[in-house]
Amino acid sequence: MQVRRFIPLLGFGLLSVLLFRGLSLDPTALPAARLGQPFPEFAKPELQSGEAIGVADLSQRPALVNVWATWCYSCRVEHPYLLELASAGVPIYGLNYKDDAVKARAWLTQLGDPYALNIVDVEGSLGLDLGVYGAPETYVIDRDGKIVHRHVGILDSRVFHADFGAWFSSVVEGTVPLAQRGSVAK
Amino acid sequence: MTERRAVSVRKGCGRLSLTFCGWMLAAAAHAVIETYEFSSPALEVRYHALSQELRCPKCQNQNIADSNAPIARDLRVVLVEQLEAGQSDEQILAFMVARYGEFVRYRPTVDRNTALLWWAPVILIGAGVFALGFHFMGRVRASPSTLTATEAAQLKKLIEENAP
Repeated sequence: MQVRRFIPLLGFGLLSVLLFRGLSLDPTALPAARLGQPFPEFAKPELQSGEAIGVADLSQRPALVNVWATWCYSCRVEHPYLLELASAGVPIYGLNYKDDAVKARAWLTQLGDPYALNIVDVEGSLGLDLGVYGAPETYVIDRDGKIVHRHVGILDSRVFHADFGAWFSSVVEGTVPLAQRGSVAK
Repeated sequence: MTERRAVSVRKGCGRLSLTFCGWMLAAAAHAVIETYEFSSPALEVRYHALSQELRCPKCQNQNIADSNAPIARDLRVVLVEQLEAGQSDEQILAFMVARYGEFVRYRPTVDRNTALLWWAPVILIGAGVFALGFHFMGRVRASPSTLTATEAAQLKKLIEENAP
């Protein structure tokens, strides 16, 4: 009889734990379907040279593949941090997603070019094969060319240190000073 | 054709319920307006079914038929291309799931992650029935209907004592 009295309290406690957990979950975060799979095959022009490139040209690994476009405001916010990573020796491949090539080249001239190569995906078909649903998105491809991580949204120092350390430990462990600029607000 | 239909609907509604009818019709006009040419009416039917079955990855809680997001438009274009290319419904869904995960389906397959989603209604109804059963059983047990021999004797005595 005494136990029965505490059933509502128990229910309340259980519900509180569940709801409190819910507060810290991001409902827009989607699990990436491509994790653990090789980077999809593609045949696209390179942004600066215009040459046809394929998955074999993404040869510096592990590397980041950054999905960006000039119409994407968050990409502009993220851009300085990508320059910083590139200067720290992180190979970054760009995926210029559903963009105007002329505008994209002007952007890189004006803001600096952190990309080792830039894949031009005007119609968004490579983006679709990757499961991209918005820019910016940043993927990690490991030594074997497999997709091992995806980050949706702005990549900044905080995110990089928290989630990308496994593949870029030399950068994260502070051999190259990155922290002073701090994280860019979302 | 549409005009005539609209008129007949209007006649069918009484004057008072006209607003209500208008509201009902408005719901049907919710989807994004786009034109696709289909080589056969069967493909069009399948297009409508699939575009409502697929969920937009960007604007969650909308299907790709209703969403204005660029990604939803891209997925509709791919859907039309694949239908015209003779892909089966299963092949198209598999194509989408390979890229966007089970999330893109409003009716995901039952696996480890979605098992709870599928079975929760059954479990909850079961728990409710169990709780109700438990409740009523307790009530029945709490009110015994038969008296023991001594209680019957006591009762008889009481009635006799208090009789006028």
